[in-house]
Amino acid sequence: MATVDQSRIRNFCIVAHIDHGKSTLADRIIEKTGLLTSREMQAQVLDNMELERERGITIKAQTVRIIYQAQDGQEYVFNLIDTPGHVDFNYEVSRSLAACDGAILVVDAAQGIEAQTLANVYLALDHDLDVFPVINKIDLPSADPERVKNEIEDVIGIEAQDAPLISAKNGIGIEDVLEAVVAKIPAPRGNADNPLSALIFDSVYDSYKGVIVFCRIMEGTVRKGMNIKMMATGATAEVVEVGYFGPGQFIPCEELSAGMVGYLTASIKNVKDTAVGDTITDVSNPCAEPLPGYKKVNSMVYCGMYPADGAKYPDLRDALEKLKLNDASLNYEPETSIALGFGFRCGFLGLLHLEIIQERLEREYNLDLVTTAPGVIYRVHKTNGEMIELTNPSNLPDPSEIDYMEEPVVAAEIMVTSEFIGPIMQLCQERRGRYVSTEYIEASRALLKYDLPLNEIIYDFFDALKSRSRGYASFDYEMKGYEESKLVKLDILINREEVDALSFIVHADSAYERGRRMCEKLKDEIPRHLFEIPIQAAVGGKIIARETVKAMRKDVLAKCYGGDITRKKKLLEKQKEGKKRMRQVGNVEIPQSAFMSVLKLDDN
Amino acid sequence: MRELSIYLHIPFCARKCRYCDFLSYPATVQEQEDYLTLLLKEIEKQSFFYEGYRVISVFVGGGTPSLLEADAIKKIFGKLNHDFIIEKDCEITLEANPDSLTLAKLEACLWAGVNRLSIGLQSADDEELRQLGRIHDYRTFCRAYQMARQAGFQNINIDLMSAVPGQTPVSYRQTLERVLALEPEHISAYSLILEEGTWFYEHQKELSFPTEDEDRELYELTGEMLASFNYNRYEISNYAKTGYECRHNKVYWKRGDYVGFGLGAASMVSDVRWSNKSSMREYREAVLSSPGFVRKTEVEPDMLKAAASASAEAPKTLSAHRARLAENVQYLSRQEQMEEFMFLGLRLTEGIRKQAFLDKFGIPIETVYGEILGRLQQDELLLIDDSVRLTPYGFDISNYVMSKFLF
Repeated sequence: MATVDQSRIRNFCIVAHIDHGKSTLADRIIEKTGLLTSREMQAQVLDNMELERERGITIKAQTVRIIYQAQDGQEYVFNLIDTPGHVDFNYEVSRSLAACDGAILVVDAAQGIEAQTLANVYLALDHDLDVFPVINKIDLPSADPERVKNEIEDVIGIEAQDAPLISAKNGIGIEDVLEAVVAKIPAPRGNADNPLSALIFDSVYDSYKGVIVFCRIMEGTVRKGMNIKMMATGATAEVVEVGYFGPGQFIPCEELSAGMVGYLTASIKNVKDTAVGDTITDVSNPCAEPLPGYKKVNSMVYCGMYPADGAKYPDLRDALEKLKLNDASLNYEPETSIALGFGFRCGFLGLLHLEIIQERLEREYNLDLVTTAPGVIYRVHKTNGEMIELTNPSNLPDPSEIDYMEEPVVAAEIMVTSEFIGPIMQLCQERRGRYVSTEYIEASRALLKYDLPLNEIIYDFFDALKSRSRGYASFDYEMKGYEESKLVKLDILINREEVDALSFIVHADSAYERGRRMCEKLKDEIPRHLFEIPIQAAVGGKIIARETVKAMRKDVLAKCYGGDITRKKKLLEKQKEGKKRMRQVGNVEIPQSAFMSVLKLDDN
Repeated sequence: MRELSIYLHIPFCARKCRYCDFLSYPATVQEQEDYLTLLLKEIEKQSFFYEGYRVISVFVGGGTPSLLEADAIKKIFGKLNHDFIIEKDCEITLEANPDSLTLAKLEACLWAGVNRLSIGLQSADDEELRQLGRIHDYRTFCRAYQMARQAGFQNINIDLMSAVPGQTPVSYRQTLERVLALEPEHISAYSLILEEGTWFYEHQKELSFPTEDEDRELYELTGEMLASFNYNRYEISNYAKTGYECRHNKVYWKRGDYVGFGLGAASMVSDVRWSNKSSMREYREAVLSSPGFVRKTEVEPDMLKAAASASAEAPKTLSAHRARLAENVQYLSRQEQMEEFMFLGLRLTEGIRKQAFLDKFGIPIETVYGEILGRLQQDELLLIDDSVRLTPYGFDISNYVMSKFLF
């Protein structure tokens, strides 16, 4: 397979709203083209991280090369690039799309077009991809393919009358999809003899091979032994191996030429040197211009992560180092907290990214973590003209030194059925949203546009949205910029001592409400002591809310039957064990769960 | 001769109460009879190990021992008297449910030597009794109580329960008043605890249990009212008129030797704890297959010698016989013995004598627990002179205090 006729290559991806069946369709395509038998195939081959499969989402872009024997008698090479589905990974999506020439749009035959359907289609069209729709889940009782076809034509404006009607789950209509790929997705262009330019759309770290770069060759050819350069980071390296993707494995080959998708390994130690979106070129024969669209990815959400057991700090450091090798968008630096000891301030693309990293740390590295309330990056403009980017509330300068503060704002799009417009608008108002517009997609559904402060949506906005729309609303956002805002630091005092790990930045108008709710939550979490413990919320030294944990009055487990002492002892041991999992602040013992509980301050 | 207490477990009841997580279930007459046969066999086989002991207390618990027919009661005590040396003033208690007591049973008990009756009333409020899943009402209890008095019982305990769903200080006060009017010699008053696996545990969301503060109010009420009627609180949950403290109960807290017979029964002899098999099938197999020993008078001298040496080692190694019947065997380390000595001893109002600690472990209590004792004394949770005991506040939060003595 060293030389493939460019006209028989198809590089494409599948775009869809979450849950509309993207990964399942990918599985069927792989299965149909005979790479794996059904028996060998574990559901959703492309989602190969344990966590991805469990959550049913794609975190890292995955790619597979398949051979398809088309009805015209020719063999075609398909490079299917599976893209991450979540808004946190928007940039990765955009780079994956740039590696493709076309896209399959999967739309649920019952639910029709959703917010992310639109967002992803527009993203694909922005990259000049040829998009053709398929309508999935036609075997559902509530399927209405005709309505969905019309909706696709009306809303997106792409031809949908001959869209394949399929059920990826039950393997119906997959052949039609494959033929449509051949017919509707253009073959790649580019000249194998031009200077090399290749787009990096992902990279992973392998402990044997080092960094493995996933790339699409736009122009030229790359082969083993070549000296290459990453144009944005400036890193250079010698190519050790090139190859393409089998499902779940890498298959080396001689060279990759224009139009092909594959991987290369080189003497690269750090994933950082191979930033997604960067252009690879030949050191001795460089291309004139890097490919467009490269962006440095910045963390949007920050939080403190601490090992539950202080002695595990080195383990946490090692684990973060290893994750970082795989995930260039994770940032961290050491910090210390009076309450929690040694830990790290970590930066993430979004809350989902944060949760995923947290879960991977706990699961793959067996760490028990305490996480502080996530925050965004605030810009603090000081009276002396200096501007600092604040990621840790504890570092907020004295109020007298602050001129004004700014917070990040996002442009949010919420797709909602008309009956829930009221509750959702109310939710957006509560979260300090600024109304932009309402567009009716059809009589019963609307697209609400709001500008929302990022710090209002990183906690539990998504949960609140789902609960107020009974699961019908969907949500997408992109960064808009920074805006001046009246922000204050809310401190929590337990037994009159400030607990730094519980401090956070909040808009002045919601400080009272937040403070009150935090005190209530903490009151339930902190066990009774021999003395009364006041829990206070304060802004700038002024107490705005208070709760009290009463002194312990009764703690008797009097039962003890038939001389069964063992059980009694187990209870006492449990009580003692509980103590070990506490954090000592002053003379108060605070359970770890207290730090976590304030992360989810649901409404109602 | 060393002192021994005996516990007999009767794992049957007419119906499972909603709070109950004991080894107990409704059973047919045939099942009960089969069990009785096994129990008698076990007593016979086990008795061999306790030749050097005299029995100072017996407690028949359950389940509902009063479900046993008069005949069965006589058989059990006939066996005990035959196989053990029962001290003259041995305290012998039988647990009873108000609904299953009859005059015939009461007379059989007295004939067999039972001198103490423990009746499970739990509440004098019929609605609360229904909530608890009890099958008797308050009137049934009164009749049973009067019957026991008439039959000649002079030492009766009544079990009460607070923090029952629907209970209020008013209804609980009435329960206490009604019980006090009957002048029992002994009252056990427990707070309901939600134990996993019980009906209450499964249905806790649908029920309204008293809040922590209400629970506390009921608990205080118990102490105040019983004290004003001259009941001494001699243990966390037990109150008695002078001279009527439950000897068997105190054996547990003072870590005296006791052996349990029957399904799942717990034992502690010479700092070894174990319990009998809790699955009926395993229990039956163990009892039937264990090698039987016969009484002294009926054996050859050689056999006796061999058996006696096995018996001497028994506490340390548990002989083959016991090993077959036992599960959860724990040879308590010195540390564990100290822990138990403290958290069990502190349950008694009289507390722990420092000298007793020294006698048992050969080391002053201060050397081991000096720092903790000092801290708890400072927090006004312990009173310390020749003995170490809980203050009233210490009683209230005894779990907190006791957990400090674990290593």
